[in-house]
Amino acid sequence: MRIPTLYALPLDVMPVALIERAASLLFKRLLVTHPGLFDRLGEFRERRFVFAPVDLPLVFKVEPEKKALSVCRKPQDFEADARIEAPLFLLLALLEGRCDADALFFSRDLTVTGDMEAMLAMRNALDDSNIDLPRDLSRMTGPLAPLFARAGNSLRRRALGEETAAWN
Amino acid sequence: MKRRPELTLGPVYFLWDGPRWRDFHFRIADEAPVERVVIGETVCSKRQHFIEPHLAEVIERLERAGKTVILSSLALVTLEREGRQIRELAEERDHLVEANDLSALGLFAGHAHTVGPLVNVYNGATARLLAARGATRICLPPELPFTSVEKIAADAPDVALEVFAFGRTPLAISARCAHARSKGKIKDNCLFVCGDDPDGLTVKTLDRQPFLSLNGVQTLSHTCQTLLGDLPDLVDAGISSFRLSPQTCDMVAVARLYRDVLDGKRDGADALASLADIYPDAPFSNGFHHAREGAAFIARSRNASG
Amino acid sequence: MELICPAGTPAAFREAVDAGADAVYCGFRDETNARNFPGLNFSREELREAIAYAHARGVETFVALNTFMRAGDEEIWYRAAADAVALGADALILADFGLMAHVAERYPEQRLHVSVQASASNPEAIGFLVEAFNAKRVVLPRTLTVADIARIGKRIPCEMEVFVFGGLCVMAEGRCSLSSYATGKSPNMNGVCSPASHVHYRKDGRDMVSELGDFTINRFPAGEAAGYPTLCKGRFDIADSHAYAFEDPVSLDAMGEIDALRAAGVSALKIEGRQRGKAYVADVVSTLRKALDATPAERERLLARMHGMSEGQKTTTGAYEKRWR
Repeated sequence: MRIPTLYALPLDVMPVALIERAASLLFKRLLVTHPGLFDRLGEFRERRFVFAPVDLPLVFKVEPEKKALSVCRKPQDFEADARIEAPLFLLLALLEGRCDADALFFSRDLTVTGDMEAMLAMRNALDDSNIDLPRDLSRMTGPLAPLFARAGNSLRRRALGEETAAWN
Repeated sequence: MKRRPELTLGPVYFLWDGPRWRDFHFRIADEAPVERVVIGETVCSKRQHFIEPHLAEVIERLERAGKTVILSSLALVTLEREGRQIRELAEERDHLVEANDLSALGLFAGHAHTVGPLVNVYNGATARLLAARGATRICLPPELPFTSVEKIAADAPDVALEVFAFGRTPLAISARCAHARSKGKIKDNCLFVCGDDPDGLTVKTLDRQPFLSLNGVQTLSHTCQTLLGDLPDLVDAGISSFRLSPQTCDMVAVARLYRDVLDGKRDGADALASLADIYPDAPFSNGFHHAREGAAFIARSRNASG
Repeated sequence: MELICPAGTPAAFREAVDAGADAVYCGFRDETNARNFPGLNFSREELREAIAYAHARGVETFVALNTFMRAGDEEIWYRAAADAVALGADALILADFGLMAHVAERYPEQRLHVSVQASASNPEAIGFLVEAFNAKRVVLPRTLTVADIARIGKRIPCEMEVFVFGGLCVMAEGRCSLSSYATGKSPNMNGVCSPASHVHYRKDGRDMVSELGDFTINRFPAGEAAGYPTLCKGRFDIADSHAYAFEDPVSLDAMGEIDALRAAGVSALKIEGRQRGKAYVADVVSTLRKALDATPAERERLLARMHGMSEGQKTTTGAYEKRWR
């Protein structure tokens, strides 16, 4: 059976509103599972963080204080205080604390711009959060739940595979 | 009433050839209004032999002129022979010695000595501890903001405190010689290339902005820290002496200028303009004093106080 | 030899313990330690839980209070020391003489380690700290050769701990004001070197330019491995030629020297990196644990892939090798 992944979805043509709704659901789910997720951000909770996967046509904005996630399609963009760009699987690996952001920065796989204090605080908050996407997403309910769970697992495998390759 | 604030000439951090070093101190002895002079190689033990032949005559000339001579210890002590030098200095009884690293602090204990600006004294507790072990005067680290200087002075009234008031600021020291490296040499085979740059070798950013200054294993600021405009506050806080760190400019003129400002004969802002003529090679900075980046210069209006 | 491992968060702490640390070192979430970075470090409650987690597994916890007390605010450091002692820290890692004196007097039973930030680089200096503060262990500066360390080991009445892996200070530690010269914030006073608040990354064509305060620190062409925006690893212009004036972007890897370090009398090997992610901690600690017990040939194979974790994706043996100077 072919495993559906975000890469396989027709993101170029799907309505952004739909993508945003799905992503927000995921985001809310993570906040329920990890209520202390943004505690380490401290004063940087009010900053706007942009995550821009270089291999997706989308840009994500996270506003911790508002607990809000927004999506837009490139070349549209968000105004943000801090911005991180990397391939999606690396961004997700970072979300789970499965690879070290400094190492990715040294190898130039990841680009950061804007408020570095805010970005560092976000990195450390995520690193301490013990997010586990397949586990966290498998607890989701509703019609999209199986899709999210499978997507999570697939991304995990992909991330770990490529990450190990990159370090050898 | 507070005692008249004094001036200390710090050790020459740079490698000057022997005769130049000797003649510089002769002139200081004869003409500069400084109370004490710190001498001796402080940065790199390999350079010691350049000044050694002239030490005795320089000490003699300075003392004859009424200056107190203080013998400086090395800032970074790792080699056996460097350790031996510190042990020998610790036996010195004819002159005061100045500690610039922890081994000197340990070995000088029990005898009166001074502590140089390269030792980490960031609070009154540390100043009191060193005083209890025999330190009679401490030159505080250049990095300290005025707020800290003021509190240390209040907290450790029994030890004389000095502040680094003129010169390129010592910022770092390394086991590795960046100066030799920049000229394609390594430390063990350096051919004393640092001697080619008697006022330091300028390090610029990639945008050609002058930034730092190399002096052998030591890194100094490109700017010249000058606290001419800040002297009255420091005197009020209880600072009893000010250190002038030798650069290649006319240090006698520098000392006279600082003396005049301390004596109230000249106003700080006006003296600053004269200082720029005396030492045009380096822009001024006093950012550390104002709790800002060290490279900054904070001009103060004439009527500002505190 | 013990393996002393870094932790910037409780998650990293658990990874370090699980991966085979003999001791984990960490700090409070404030300026009392030299990794005072946004979002990093431990609350009192987090430290309590971490120490319990470690103790249950026979692992020790060292608490770094290795900045210099700000005059007038000494109470912040005294309280941190009191809390670390009360929470059951196995050792305090200190740099400030005033704080060492306070701890030695108030908590004579507390094990005191001398931080690398104290810059104790010779037997006389270490002797001073043992005599004055009853220090039990000294973390040696990264300015010494293996031969220097062996010589020191014969002459000091306390244990030696040395850095073997991770970030490499080029300057004598605890004696560097390069960061505050450019930003006003220093390792000694604020617990930060090249603070994130003053770091900017800028794209210029295909280059990435790093700036610290008002100063350009480096310019990386596309694809070239990068490093931290620290001044001692910046690229500068000296007499019209562009080069790394002090050191390349590179990290320390002295694992090839561990037999010599053991022979020199070193008791503990330290890994730098409290600012790194838990993935780094888990990977480096488990790899170094295996390497410690491996034959030299196996060791080389185990360590080969660690370059990828390093600044500039390169490693050096630093000052342990005499030619580095």
